Formats: sequence, structure tokens, C-alpha cells
Amino acid sequence: MACFNSAVTTAQSPPATLRLPAASDLYAVDDLLSDDERLIRDTVRAMVRERVLPVIADHFEAATFPHQLVAEVAGLGLLGMHLTGYGCAGTSAVGYGIACEELEAGDSGLRSFVSVQGSLAMFPIHAYGSEEQKQKFLPEMAAGSMIGCFGLTEADAGSDPGRMRTSARRAGEGWVLNGSKMWITNGSIADLAVVWAATEDGVRGFIVERGTPGFTTSDIHRKLSLRASVTSELHFDSVYLPETAALPGVTGMRGPLSCLNEARYGIAWGALGAGRACFEAAVEYSSTRRMFDRSIARFQLTQAKLATMATSLVQGRLVAHRLGTLKDSGRLHPVQVSLAKRANVRAAIDIAREARTILGANGITLEYPVIRHMNNLESVLTYEGTEEVHTLILGKAITGEDAFS
Amino acid sequence: MNVVVCIKQVPDPNSPGQLDPSTHLLKRDGELVLDPGDEFGVEAGLQLVEKHGGQVTVVSMGPERGLDAVRKALAMGAAKGVLISDDSLRGSDALTTAKVLAAAIRKQDFDVVITATESTDGYTGVVPQMIAGLLDIPAVTFAKSVSVEGDKLTAQRQTETGIEVVEATLPVVLSVTAGVNEPRYPSLKGIMGAKQKPLDRPGPADLNLEDVGGASTGQRITAIDSAPERAAGEIIKDEGEAAKRIVDFLADKKVI
Repeated sequence: MACFNSAVTTAQSPPATLRLPAASDLYAVDDLLSDDERLIRDTVRAMVRERVLPVIADHFEAATFPHQLVAEVAGLGLLGMHLTGYGCAGTSAVGYGIACEELEAGDSGLRSFVSVQGSLAMFPIHAYGSEEQKQKFLPEMAAGSMIGCFGLTEADAGSDPGRMRTSARRAGEGWVLNGSKMWITNGSIADLAVVWAATEDGVRGFIVERGTPGFTTSDIHRKLSLRASVTSELHFDSVYLPETAALPGVTGMRGPLSCLNEARYGIAWGALGAGRACFEAAVEYSSTRRMFDRSIARFQLTQAKLATMATSLVQGRLVAHRLGTLKDSGRLHPVQVSLAKRANVRAAIDIAREARTILGANGITLEYPVIRHMNNLESVLTYEGTEEVHTLILGKAITGEDAFS
Repeated sequence: MNVVVCIKQVPDPNSPGQLDPSTHLLKRDGELVLDPGDEFGVEAGLQLVEKHGGQVTVVSMGPERGLDAVRKALAMGAAKGVLISDDSLRGSDALTTAKVLAAAIRKQDFDVVITATESTDGYTGVVPQMIAGLLDIPAVTFAKSVSVEGDKLTAQRQTETGIEVVEATLPVVLSVTAGVNEPRYPSLKGIMGAKQKPLDRPGPADLNLEDVGGASTGQRITAIDSAPERAAGEIIKDEGEAAKRIVDFLADKKVI
């Protein structure tokens, strides 16, 4: 009987001065943030609470992009925030990460907009563009007056982008671009597209501005995920580009993959924001919902779900913060980004699905954020490297065996 | 035109505060934030200097952690911060607070001193007027809107019976109500730049305050007690007349 007694004994009381951190951050991982990073977190959190949450469910339901939020995120300096110069804020990688987490606690679509603008469109111009290209595009993109998109994926070249069919061939002083790109976030609202195309020297990046003859876009409809985000197809029909449109600084798949590495980094943080929002909704709901004449938070099954979710959040946050520290110290390896993207998106989607069950039927309505996050995370699971591809990247790093070829 | 804005760091109003039974002081071990009421003051100051030139200095008295609140105001756009932290000032009453703030304000170049109408933790609501008294300048309180022309400040002042329009000659102490403006978010660039801005950390001696705080505090909290529970409200059952009874009730209380 002694063991039964000990089994029901609760944990020994801690000293009276100890305060347990919030349930969504039980290890107080946020204490690792610097003063600046904490202020970034609080600022983005307040903006999301006041400007995003009141409207986002309606945009999701209507499948419309919240154009008015572009000025909000640009006003805060969130576009290209981790780049330096050219009107960018120059935050730490951890600062960028925590901002992604807070944005995605609002909606994965909004975080995707910011990721694509900063990490996929501004980053390659910043890293591989000419001085003239940087001066022309980056300050306007940071200010949100120019929106960018990133064209790599094609209908028949997803996980294996090296097989792209889009090509650019030299023509006189410039290039002629032909082909099409698929699943392009921000495509039809973009003022410029950073497009990757095969050339006889290898893959090159090109800045294609809206209105260039032969460049058209069409939106992908009937999505049941990332509905508050624009997803498009880009078409290039003998698009003539001057030499000044080509990014001079990189040739080969290293170019686009380095961009993806930047964006995936933000996703590893961001997904936890969506997970946290679902967890908090589930905690709140479980404490107010009564069934069998008691709060459902009293049920052991509910508590087990919440305990597992809280543990996943702690683990994901530790991974994200360590990832950020590695990036800030210049030691980040792409395999580490794969690990974090894979682990944290999976954690978030599991949390969302578990939260859905705690909310019962209410979990499937847009009155609560859970089903919105859950559906969004279905996209996050497979974009920017599917879970399977990241698994194989890890597998290759561990075994030395390349399962791709 | 130079503006001093008085700010305070307070326990996050979104999480319930607690009093420490041994010290009778508010516990400050949870999340602390720039008093939401002070954000209106910082915004009002920034709008004044954006229109008329000059700069905003924020002044705060409080523990070391109060730096976070000062930094937020700097990130919003204030040019300089002053934080007075000293163990002897722990548990200061309103008059001590006003003396310390007034002493720090005197060292600044200012035309307008802006405060909230009251803090969101202590709620004494008397510090702005005390500062004005100590500085011997007019206090314009509960401003809903404010404008400056030359050396004349005009404010619309919310009262129970209506709105008063008040004029005063600079320098003045101005307390602003919540909703006087829409406080801006600090920008990321502002956050990154805040660390480079000047920050003064004077002690009481630097402000020639030999005899404030501690034993010289005039007011003491002798005991704290839980507020009495609210009496249960009246539940009106709808038997066809509920709307009328509710209207009568509200009219009786002079709410409508």
C-alpha cells in the first residue's frame, strides 16, 4: 500500500519564492532571450493580438490576403529584419526566430508572407545581388512598398528542384526566360519574383519585375490550408531580361538552397507559435468546459494530453533557441536546420490535432484558432522541404548513405 | 520643444497582482510591463516633438528591472532615459515619488512634463499634481487632446459634466487620459537602436535628495486586507417585463 500512497502524493512543495513559469513555457526558455529580443517578442505579440487576431479568421474563411497587415509588419520593421543595411533592422537570428514564433501564433499564412519576403526574396538579393540591385529593391521591400516572391518549385520538380525545366538562355546582352513555377507564396501580389532557372552554366537567379512582357501569374484556388495567404503559379513565355536582372553572386543549386535554409530556420521557430496558440486554446477551453458535472481539465485523459503538449513545447523551444544561438555564432549547419524544421513542425501539428480533440466539436469551427492552425500546419509540414526529405537529409548525415540517389 | 515623460514599470495588468503580506508592497516577481497608461504619455510626447521639434526624455523611478520599461520608451522614439533606482526608495509613497521625479525633471531641459492620470498599480492619481506643485508650474490634468502654439498649451479636459478647454503657459505638467492617442509599437530598428541612446542613472545624492524615502516617508501602509466580496447581484427573470425592469434599474442608478 505504501506505493499507492506515494503514487498519489503530489510533488514536494517548492520554496515559497519560486514561481512556476507560464504553462506554454514551463522551462522559462524565453529567459534565454536578450533584452532586445524580449522587446521584439512583446512588440510582435501585441501587434498580433491587436491587429491580426481580430481579422484573421475572417480572412481564412473568405480565402483573402489581409493586405492591410503588410503596412503593420513593415511598420514594425519585420520585413528582412535579420538583414543589415538597406533599411533593414539587423536583428539577431534569435530575434528573427522569436518574431516568427509570434507571427505564426497569429497565423502561418502571415508568417509565410514575412518569411518569403525576408528570407526568400530579400535574402538572395542581399546575399547575391549587385550593389545596384540591393539599392533598388531592398529598401522598398523592407518598407513593404514592394512585395517579392520566390520561384523555385515547379509542377514536376518539388523535392528534387535540380530537375527544374524553367530555363534561361543567353540572347544578345541579356537572357530569355521560359517555363513556369508552381506553389509560389505571394505570387500574384508580388512586384518582383526571384526566379531560379537552368542555364548552360548551371542554375542562376533572376529578378523578374511585374509587368515584364511574357511574365504572368495565376492563383491556385480551392486551398483548404494557408487560406489567408496567396499561392500562385508563375508563367514565363519568352521573357526577355537584361543582364542587370541576373543575380551575379551565385551559380548552382547552392543559391536557392541557401535561401531555403534561411526560411526553414524561421519555420522551425514559427511552427511552435501555432502549436502554442493551440495549446493555450486547449488549456483555456478545458478549464471552462464542463462535462459529467466537472471541468474537463479534471479528467486524466485531458491532463495527459496537455502534459504531452506542454512537454513538446518545451522541447521545441529548446531546439529553436539552440538553433538560433548556433546561427548567431555562425556555426549553423543546414542539417541542424533540417532537424529543427522536421521536429518542430511535427510537434506543432501533433499539438494542434490533440488540441482539436480537447475542444470537441468546437475544435472544428473558426470561432477557435485550432482548426485554422491545424489546417495551415498541413502546408508547413510539406513546404520548405517535406518531412520525408528532412528525414533523409538527417539519415544521410548520420549514416553517410544518400537515400536520394 | 522638449518634453519629459514620466513612466513607470508595473506588473502586467493582464495577470492578477498580489500584495506581499510581509512588506505590504505589490509583488513584482511576475511579468512587468511599461504601464499601459504611460504608453499614451510617451506617444503624446513623441507627437509634440515631431510637430514642434525637440526631443523626448523619459524619467522613471523604480527597481533595476525598470530599465526594460525605459528601453521600450526609447525604442518607441524617446531620445534619452533617466532611471532612479535606490534601495532607500523602496515602498515610497506618492509624495516621495513626486519629489524624486521632480528633482530629476529639474535637471532636464523641458517645456512640457507629461504623465498618465494615475499608475495602473498604485492608482493614487496625485503624483502629477504634486510634481507640478514641486516644480511650481501649472498642472493641466485629464487631457483628452492637446496642442501647443508658441508658449501656449491648449488641452481639452474630460470632466464629469463635459469637456473643458484649458489654456496654460509653458512650462506645464500635463496628465493625459487613456485614449488620447494610439500609441505606436516600437519598431525593430528602434529596438536595435535603443541601446545606443543616452541613459542616466542618478542616485538620490546626485539629485540632492538627502532626506527622502525610507524613514522619512510620511505615509505608511499599516495593514492590508482582502477586499470584501461583492454582494451577489440581482437576477431578473424574464416574465415579459425584464427589459423594462432593467431600464428602470439603470435609470434609477443614473447610468442612462
